[in-house]
Amino acid sequence: MIKVNTEDYPWHPGMTVRNLLDEKQFTFRHIIVRVNGEFVSEEDYDKWLIQDGDDVLVLHLMAGG
Amino acid sequence: MGTIIKDYSYTPAKIKRGYSGKSLYINLSDLRIEQKEITEFMKEKFTGGKGFDLWYLWHAVTPETRWDSPENEIVMSVGPLGGITQYAGTGKTLLCSISPLTDIPIDSNVGGYFGPLLKFSGWDAFELQGKSEKEILIFIDGNNGRIQIEEAEEYPEDTHLLAEELTKKYAENEDDMVNVSVVCSGSGAKHSYMGMLNFSFYDPRRKVCRFKQAARGGLGTILHDKKVKALVVKYRGVKPNLNDAADISTINKVGVKYHKEVHDLDHKQNKMRQIGTANTIMIMSQYDLLPTRNFQTGGDPEAVKISPEVFINEWLTQGLHDGCWYGCTMSCAKCADHFLITTGPYAGQRVTVDGPEYECAAGLGANLGVFDPQAILEENFYCDTYGIDLISFATCTAFIMECYQRGQITREQMGGLDLRFGNSQAVLELMHQISRGEGFGRIAGLGIRKLKKIFVEEFGADPKLLQDIGMEVKGLEYSEYAHKESLAQQGGFAMATKGPQHDEAWLIFMDMVNKQIPTFEDKANALYYFPMFRTWFGLVGLCKLPWNDLVPADNYKTDSPAKVPEHVQNYVDIFNAVTGKHIDKEELILQSERVYQFQRVFSVRMGKGERKDDYPPYRSLGPVSREEYLSRQELYDKQLRELQKLDPETMDLDEKIAATRRYREDQYEQLMDAVYRRRGWTENGIPTPERLKAIGMDLPELLEVIEPKL
Ligand code: SF4
Repeated sequence: MIKVNTEDYPWHPGMTVRNLLDEKQFTFRHIIVRVNGEFVSEEDYDKWLIQDGDDVLVLHLMAGG
Repeated sequence: MGTIIKDYSYTPAKIKRGYSGKSLYINLSDLRIEQKEITEFMKEKFTGGKGFDLWYLWHAVTPETRWDSPENEIVMSVGPLGGITQYAGTGKTLLCSISPLTDIPIDSNVGGYFGPLLKFSGWDAFELQGKSEKEILIFIDGNNGRIQIEEAEEYPEDTHLLAEELTKKYAENEDDMVNVSVVCSGSGAKHSYMGMLNFSFYDPRRKVCRFKQAARGGLGTILHDKKVKALVVKYRGVKPNLNDAADISTINKVGVKYHKEVHDLDHKQNKMRQIGTANTIMIMSQYDLLPTRNFQTGGDPEAVKISPEVFINEWLTQGLHDGCWYGCTMSCAKCADHFLITTGPYAGQRVTVDGPEYECAAGLGANLGVFDPQAILEENFYCDTYGIDLISFATCTAFIMECYQRGQITREQMGGLDLRFGNSQAVLELMHQISRGEGFGRIAGLGIRKLKKIFVEEFGADPKLLQDIGMEVKGLEYSEYAHKESLAQQGGFAMATKGPQHDEAWLIFMDMVNKQIPTFEDKANALYYFPMFRTWFGLVGLCKLPWNDLVPADNYKTDSPAKVPEHVQNYVDIFNAVTGKHIDKEELILQSERVYQFQRVFSVRMGKGERKDDYPPYRSLGPVSREEYLSRQELYDKQLRELQKLDPETMDLDEKIAATRRYREDQYEQLMDAVYRRRGWTENGIPTPERLKAIGMDLPELLEVIEPKL
């Protein structure tokens, strides 16, 4: 199990940041990802492996017009 | 040319540090034209823009004043930063009046050239009071210091014709057209309470008048009732430092930095230059936020037919003049050129359609079940040229459609119009009927609150159902975001001072997706900060979009990325550089709060602005119908289990809907308590004398209003 934006979410071995974004259908382009507080840049989404127990923050940066 | 019935000369005041120091007053009943001083008190307490508007309006009206009372005013002001050309989004005008939809002060912001040109003509604010006997237009010549009132019966009514004719009339030649700006409404404003005002700016590349709208709350209806067909200003000579800034080099520096961000980052972020605000249509649908068929659901597989790509590839012209004031590199004002109209009085003609903005595609599209870009553009054109607020029209028509779908009203009661979801031809016919003041169009534009009464009293509809599905608060229709899963946004809409428009707060991602504001106190803090911060744009003459529709590349490193701290600092720096003052970001919030609390007290004075006025329809909070519950059954069942410790397996559908409703209504009550505390209001929503004192707004006239309510 991992945390995604403070809520429990099932983890599976080999899960990358990209997998997580796809599973959660986080399609908004303008986001910030942090894993255990560490910033993950977009180039690393495919290779960054999320570990069981990680705390993931996916901040959507939109505050409306 | 009509007869000139008043000719007035004045010496245009020179602008000093962002203010001309003068405001213009015109009384239409006796054709009186006067100048007033902008006092230091006004600048100190109200800053400018909406602040000045509300202050003048307060003194013009009484608690008994209604939208069509002669003493009601339309007041407009551009604010001390309005008209600078070095930063993006610096030409916004704020307008206030007593609204026909809400009976309280409405405020509406708008781009286009009128406000800045009015200020350069010597006027920080403009009050329009009284009622004319004949249809007139008012022309302000800012270079020669002249105001003329002219009879205007002979001019066309609809905006695209009227603005073009007046622009040509007052410009000396083609090059001079950019120096003329027109404010007008259209035939739809005559027969509805949702008439809006178009503000023109001439597009020299397309050679047409383009428009931005002061849309909300029926300002066009009021202008029409005053028998003013148009306001025209002409000022030649816009240049970078007409505001007499105290420190022009800082403004230049901050401006260059921002323009570089636009150049480097916009195509990677929201693509405002390519598509404008409609960039979010698909995102809203994917995140369950696109209001669909009267906010019943938050998206639809068909939304892809009205995606940004469809508009970009098939309809919108790229790379032309798309800023609504000089210097706006964000340039989000898109349009479709040579668009062929297929219905109504302009069928067969090719026109330029300004838009579609997000609200248009969402409201006139998904919320009406219309997933046809061509139909949306035609609806957009007619709303604009008829002078109808497309947000109120869309939300109101979606309500009518659902009433029809649920058998609450019949086709016969709608004069034969088959207003099913998705029937764009019927929607267009309804617009034409509103414009002509015929058939169902005579009542359809009165707004949801009045329609609920008519449908119940005359058509025998179910009042409870209509209360649940009529998306209005205080009489104003909701703007186009589905928000059932964001408690903070439910409050952001229903507790907004003028009614449910998202310009006070858009917290959906922070709340629902990012989970950054989990507690009532967190939500209340957001519902304090964001409305206060956002109010400030309307005090100084700025557009909000450049604040957060683009963010610096390293914004993610900041403590509060949603606030975009670097851009907030830009605003502080520009304010100080123009005015010579020394505010910081805390003082900026204080400037806003003074006006925010003033407006709340103003609403209390007019009979609204208490707790009873801040309740949303249940459709805003949760699933009204069985179909809505079933559309997200998994989520709602999970919430019953986790939040209420109930077992959905043992409950039938109606029991689950009722339990969900009890819980959500209770959550909303708790949110209200927290927000009222944070804003310094009593449990009944009245600003306390202590709070007013703390922000320097314990003015005797305000205390007199609130004291009987404490
Ligand atoms: S961002 Fe868009 S609405 Fe705002 S000033 Fe620029 S062009 Fe106008």
